[in-house]
Amino acid sequence: MPSLPDMNTPEVADLARREAEANPNHPAAPQPDAGQEAFFEALLRIGDSTLILGHRVSEWCGHSPALEEDIALANVALDLIGQTQLWLGLAAEVEGQGRSADDLAYLRDAWDFRNLLLVERPNGDFGHTLMRQFLFDAWHHELLKALSASLDPRVAEIAAKAGKEVAYHLERSSDLVVRLGDGTAESHRRMQEALDALWPYTGEMFLGDDKDAKVAARGIFPDPASLRAGWDATLRHVLGEATLQIPDSPFAHKGGRQGTHTEHLGYILAEMQFLQRAYPGASW
Amino acid sequence: MSKEWPLWEVFIRGQHGLNHRHVGSLHAPDAEMAIMNARDVYTRRNEGVSIWVVPSAQITASSPSDKGPLFEPSNSKVYRHPTFFDIPDEVGHM
Amino acid sequence: MYAQLVKSEGSKSREEMTPEELAFQERIDRGEKIEPKEWMPEGYRKTLIRQIGQHAHSEIVGQLPEGNWITRAPTLERKAILLAKVQDEAGHGLYLYSAAETLGVSRDELMELLHAGKMKYSSIFNYPTLTWADMGAVGWLVDGAAIMNQVPLQRTSYGPYSRAMIRICKEESFHQRQGYAIMMKMAQGTPAQKRMAQDALNRLWYPALMMFGPSDKDSVHSAQSMAWKIKMNTNDELRQKFVDQTVPQAEYLGLTVPDPNLKWNEEKGGYDFSEPDWSEFYDVLAGNGPCNKDRLGARVKAWEDGAWFREALVVHAEKAAARRAQAAE
Repeated sequence: MPSLPDMNTPEVADLARREAEANPNHPAAPQPDAGQEAFFEALLRIGDSTLILGHRVSEWCGHSPALEEDIALANVALDLIGQTQLWLGLAAEVEGQGRSADDLAYLRDAWDFRNLLLVERPNGDFGHTLMRQFLFDAWHHELLKALSASLDPRVAEIAAKAGKEVAYHLERSSDLVVRLGDGTAESHRRMQEALDALWPYTGEMFLGDDKDAKVAARGIFPDPASLRAGWDATLRHVLGEATLQIPDSPFAHKGGRQGTHTEHLGYILAEMQFLQRAYPGASW
Repeated sequence: MSKEWPLWEVFIRGQHGLNHRHVGSLHAPDAEMAIMNARDVYTRRNEGVSIWVVPSAQITASSPSDKGPLFEPSNSKVYRHPTFFDIPDEVGHM
Repeated sequence: MYAQLVKSEGSKSREEMTPEELAFQERIDRGEKIEPKEWMPEGYRKTLIRQIGQHAHSEIVGQLPEGNWITRAPTLERKAILLAKVQDEAGHGLYLYSAAETLGVSRDELMELLHAGKMKYSSIFNYPTLTWADMGAVGWLVDGAAIMNQVPLQRTSYGPYSRAMIRICKEESFHQRQGYAIMMKMAQGTPAQKRMAQDALNRLWYPALMMFGPSDKDSVHSAQSMAWKIKMNTNDELRQKFVDQTVPQAEYLGLTVPDPNLKWNEEKGGYDFSEPDWSEFYDVLAGNGPCNKDRLGARVKAWEDGAWFREALVVHAEKAAARRAQAAE
């Protein structure tokens, strides 16, 4: 580097761009300016989660237990992909480095992804997929409710639109969890097993770090811990009706929101990013 | 083979429609799920604002051989249609 | 087409018809629609079940070759469009099964017949989708061929089938266009993308021509179906129409149709073209296409893996109804 730019000046974006132009073979890694970095991270945390979950859910297309379910699940995946375009689009705008939502989705490696570990878990059986969806939806719904009051109007607008979609996702996944929990002995067993297996991946949703604290202080994103009470209430209500037992282990796997993932994410990205990686610079 | 989900008939009232119209059928284990499935299957293109579902088994249809007696008598009551009456152009719109 | 080689019941002359059959035929000739509860010859019912069933199976098996690429779509927008399209195919399958059900056969019965290999689906879906350009070529050629058949079927004599086709045609209008849009991107793209596009056309051209079924002179079941207005055009008519429409589209893309004999014939006002290899077609129908085992295997697996789910929802609905009844007492 010719010089060390002052990371607090607004010119940093320009400096980075100039440097990239001067050294086209070694472009500097894009860096959002310090004030926006936490905001950028927060947007990746939600946008990457909707992206990876949308990917997982779309794996069912053509393979669901009934046509009606196939269609319904594709609607959920479509909503999540649409939300991803908005969140990552805003992230790219906030970053200000000239990247697009597609660049963020297709040209980052796993360590730069900020999604919850929960959403990269493999689909398992259909009940497992629905349980993962329910645990996520119940959190997603709380998050979007809070975000629709964000002091950043762009965030509030996306959250308001996504909130309507997710209210329906939650209605549907809750309904199916109840029906399958309180269905046959086999469906009850499968749903309890899914809940037990996924439970250690739920705690991460409520663990804040210093970046969360920064955006919370600015009133842009809520403190993750503040979403817990609403989520707990939804779970108690739905899982109670489903006759399922909420595990009492407080243990939580974590790291997804900071970029330390399970092995599964690498395979998801290898598949998802294949064309962009194999044919760099092509337009599709 | 386990029991098949029953068949439902779906009626949707569109954005600009006054009446619910039959749009098709689907399978669902009960009425509540039939509504949700109808939302997902039949309103993918923003078609609806209200959904009715009815078990297909509950539909009673007129018998096709009754077509004559049921519908033809109204053919002769042409005076029920506004075009039956000639109003001179000078009178204006009526 | 999506329904190829549908076995039809024997055709009868007017003199051989019973009075009921004659009255039925006259209704069809007048352009009246036949509705579910009305009297119909057993052959009409059976042929329709086979044809609509085969069409429905083609839609849901047809989800697989494209569904294959949803997780690898190159942009978020392409991913969403492809997913929406494959989802539409599930919807179309659903509409068609519903139409078949009005003839007294249940969807589960039709599924079981498909899984047992007793009912067929279109041969085209037994070919693999190997590159992203295949998403373009499938939309452009396969949906293009399907539309060619489905548009006239909107006027078919059986009411529920006709209504399903109208809905399907309305929804499907974007499918072929999205395929062609992908092809345009590829054909105007990098040399590798162009190569991909040409390769897709090379592999899918003849399988697309096969979709219309064997030549009319070898198609024994057409006459009765056409009299019943279950089949609206002959296989060769539709194939010719398809070639005439598609060749200029390929030229616009700068791609070469893989047929050295392709030539405009001024006299007939259409192209002369080579026949597909019909022995390959019969091989594919007999189960020896590149993907027959995988496609059917995937459908059977989805069905069997989902059995516990379908059953649990029935049991829950019964429990809930019993509880409601008890509460009402």
